[in-house]
Amino acid sequence: MTVNRVQVVENILNANDQVAQLNRQALDNAGAFSINLMASPGAGKTSFILKTIQALRTDVKIGVVEGDTAPVTIDADKINAVGMPAVQINTGGECHLDAVMLKAGLQQLPLPEIDLLIVENVGNLICPAAFDLGTHINLLIASIPEGDDKPYKYPNIYRGLDVLVINKTDLLPYIDFRMDYFRQGVEMLNPGLTTFAVSCKTGEGIDAWADWLRGRLAASRQV
Amino acid sequence: MHELAVTESILEIATRHAQQAEAARVTDIYLVIGQLSSIVDDSVQFYWDAMAENTICHGAQLHFKRIQARMLCQDCQGEFELASQLEPCPACGSYRLTVAAGDEFYMESIEVEKI
Repeated sequence: MTVNRVQVVENILNANDQVAQLNRQALDNAGAFSINLMASPGAGKTSFILKTIQALRTDVKIGVVEGDTAPVTIDADKINAVGMPAVQINTGGECHLDAVMLKAGLQQLPLPEIDLLIVENVGNLICPAAFDLGTHINLLIASIPEGDDKPYKYPNIYRGLDVLVINKTDLLPYIDFRMDYFRQGVEMLNPGLTTFAVSCKTGEGIDAWADWLRGRLAASRQV
Repeated sequence: MHELAVTESILEIATRHAQQAEAARVTDIYLVIGQLSSIVDDSVQFYWDAMAENTICHGAQLHFKRIQARMLCQDCQGEFELASQLEPCPACGSYRLTVAAGDEFYMESIEVEKI
């Protein structure tokens, strides 16, 4: 019996990252720009997707992948009800979507017809940050009732963001949310992060977000 | 709490490399985990003990090498060790920082027995 040391030097999430790369290629080949939408439970992920569909639906075909830990189709039903294709992925209790789950979701969607794919991740501020799905940008929704300390308490998810959306601004008069304190935390983790303040309830700020997204979609088509 | 998925990956990687090396058994697994990676060692160990059973990795010891987070300041180019999660550059006070070390998350090596 001999004991040998075997060099490995392999990223622990290497298998996930390889599938993520395949997803990215499939999305690129289909010409679909994609967003990994993350947030805590109840931040307004599905409401935000519905507002985005409403703002862009005349000229952009949007597909949605809904990730949930429980086997329910509540969110996918809402998207289908407004006439856009949606598939529900049940993670079977897992706290996040991974690249393999998204791959299964993509196979159920008419990708070539889709201009914009929104992937609604499981409501969680920790685990989704660790798994690359193969989407083009990471977006987080932070809602006012969650409190202004979240960047300080969940730094990893903020570090990896491309866009931040602050939702439920209509509640600002009723909640002790120090916007300066919140934004200072974000600035420490992700300097200059593109940020939109919106209310899915009143529609405030949705136009600015939709304009920015139109610009990104146009830019991705030229590549 | 994604340690279950992480533990599955550790088992898959270690098993694959052990088979390539034509090993009979894996005795030790050396992991390098940066301070900024949100993984709880005890939780991985808990899953590991159950998952490695009846595999080539049964009884293998997990070793966690933690790497201190180091930030690089984009304004003064200084580098410093991060004590907590959020702090400015001690030299110039800037928050424009990038991670120089501390986000590692890989398997460095394994030790195996060969017949």
